[in-house]
Amino acid sequence: MTSVAGAPGTADSAGSPEPVGERRFSETLHFARRNPKLLIGLGIVLTFLLLGIIGPLFIGHDPNEYVGPQTQPPSGEYWFGTTTFGQDIWAQFVYGLRSTFLIGVFGGGVAFVIGTAVGFVAGYKGGIIDEILNMITNVVLVLPAMVVLIVAIAYLEARGLFVQGLFIGLTSWPWAARAVRSQALSLATRDYVDLARLSGRRTWKIITTEIAPNMSSYLVMSFILLFGGAILIAAGLDFIGLGPAGGVSLGLMLQSASQWSALQLSMWWWFIPPGLGITAIVGSLYILNVGLDEVFNPKLREL
Amino acid sequence: MWRYIGRKLFVYLLTFIVAVTINWMIPRFMPGDPVQSMLSRAQVSDPEALEAMTSYYENLFGLNAPLYEQYLNFWAGLLRGDLGISVMRYPEPVTDIILGAVPYTLALLLPAILLSWVVGNRFGAFAARSKILDNTVLPVGYILTATPYMWLALLLAWSLGIVAGIFPASGGYSFSLRPEFSWLFISDLISHWFLPFLSMFLVALGGWAIGMRNMIIYELEADYANYLQALGAPRKLIRRYAFRNAMLPQITGLAVQLGTIIAGSLLTEIVFNYPGLGSLILDSLNNRDFFLLQGVFLFVVVGVLIANFIIDIVYVLIDPRTRVQMTGGSS
Repeated sequence: MTSVAGAPGTADSAGSPEPVGERRFSETLHFARRNPKLLIGLGIVLTFLLLGIIGPLFIGHDPNEYVGPQTQPPSGEYWFGTTTFGQDIWAQFVYGLRSTFLIGVFGGGVAFVIGTAVGFVAGYKGGIIDEILNMITNVVLVLPAMVVLIVAIAYLEARGLFVQGLFIGLTSWPWAARAVRSQALSLATRDYVDLARLSGRRTWKIITTEIAPNMSSYLVMSFILLFGGAILIAAGLDFIGLGPAGGVSLGLMLQSASQWSALQLSMWWWFIPPGLGITAIVGSLYILNVGLDEVFNPKLREL
Repeated sequence: MWRYIGRKLFVYLLTFIVAVTINWMIPRFMPGDPVQSMLSRAQVSDPEALEAMTSYYENLFGLNAPLYEQYLNFWAGLLRGDLGISVMRYPEPVTDIILGAVPYTLALLLPAILLSWVVGNRFGAFAARSKILDNTVLPVGYILTATPYMWLALLLAWSLGIVAGIFPASGGYSFSLRPEFSWLFISDLISHWFLPFLSMFLVALGGWAIGMRNMIIYELEADYANYLQALGAPRKLIRRYAFRNAMLPQITGLAVQLGTIIAGSLLTEIVFNYPGLGSLILDSLNNRDFFLLQGVFLFVVVGVLIANFIIDIVYVLIDPRTRVQMTGGSS
């Protein structure tokens, strides 16, 4: 913790915005390029993203089509082997990656917007507003997202990717709201926030300029966790059999593998790639997240 | 203090009412007619039979009465402990089926949650101690927490269960045994319990370790830590203070993560075909047994409410600041 000389604190950047902002940006870039966690995490996520975008372009057939010989282990022609029905697992995998990213961005995005808004207002305002928002948060929180989703989606006729993402977003924001609220609650009693309040600033202004910047790493962390969480929830729903009808996703691959006893037949190439894909994406998102934290927070750099 | 607990209880009661209302609303206000969808899935072609089944289901749901009456009837049934009759195992009431499955789920959940929380916190605090540990031990934590519950369960069932054959990979106990209080049955029960437990424990462990590690680092930048360091306090002392402060968000995290862990236990049970609530959900989905599905939903909600309340009380006992804030010391 000897970072007094180099790093400008977050609080004193208000004086001359232009040069300080520029310096801080290039400084951030400087540390970002030297942070292995950030680079490794980002690298893996981008690799899978590219695979999900480009991969399907090279596949001429529907991923669920019965194209090859049945129950083949990985070979030169079918990179990840085939299922008991002769579906190409590689094709399913790249299409599945695509829907995984879509559900992460969409579900995680919806949850992030709701969660941070509720959390900030509740934590900063306190009193009756906090009580009401907290009550709403509690209601949604104790309704275990997955079980609500199971009941709701079981009744739903048309199941698409976006409906699934929307439902996931609507049910998975509370923990982010609570996390943001508890941080905002402790920040709201700090002296500089009191000072801003005394000087008659508007609530929204205080939240965005005094409280939010002091927990920006926390917010980034929240979004990345929500993104990963949405992917995991979607995979879980798919695994129970409530995935997008007729679609392809990594969770649906796991479901069909388990349903058609890939375990008993030791068809490891059927159930290892989809799970590995999810784990690699979500895991490297988390690692990327820690890397970002270290870049943005000067005090973490020389741990 | 008592006023605070009373208020919390009120909030949870309200939550329960909302949960029941949602449970009542979902089948009635979701786009699409549940009766129609049930019938279309049953694939009845005879129009006469179709009509008979439609009126049967509408009576069953009580769909003919006005809405407020339907709602009150729903509550009346609920308070009598009547969640309806299962379609899947016909004459059996939903409540009985669920009560038979709950012990299995609890036996998996409670040890997995508590053990992973304690071990994970220790592990995370330990890893935040040095750069080498942080960079070598923690990636394991990230990977574990990013693992979908069912995938780790599948991997364990396949590797330890089927390939190595050390543990049984399916069921709650062997088919050849009947539930009884004997050494043979209990040891069989434990060997079936172990793999699902291990799989849940491992996934949850990663999350707690990472949470603790992040919180410790966050606490180490706090003013009190800097102040202690400026005073020349030993690092060990500062870390001990940081650990105690970092515990608080971890307790809140326990409440927040409950839903995720319960969902994880449901998925794990499905993989291992473990006779808990998770397998019940899958069966009820496959058999279109909506009464059972909604019964499970209510049971899980009640369980989570009770657990949340316990965690709240523990939090108040540990953190004096909440006591001050709650008794009107805010603003």
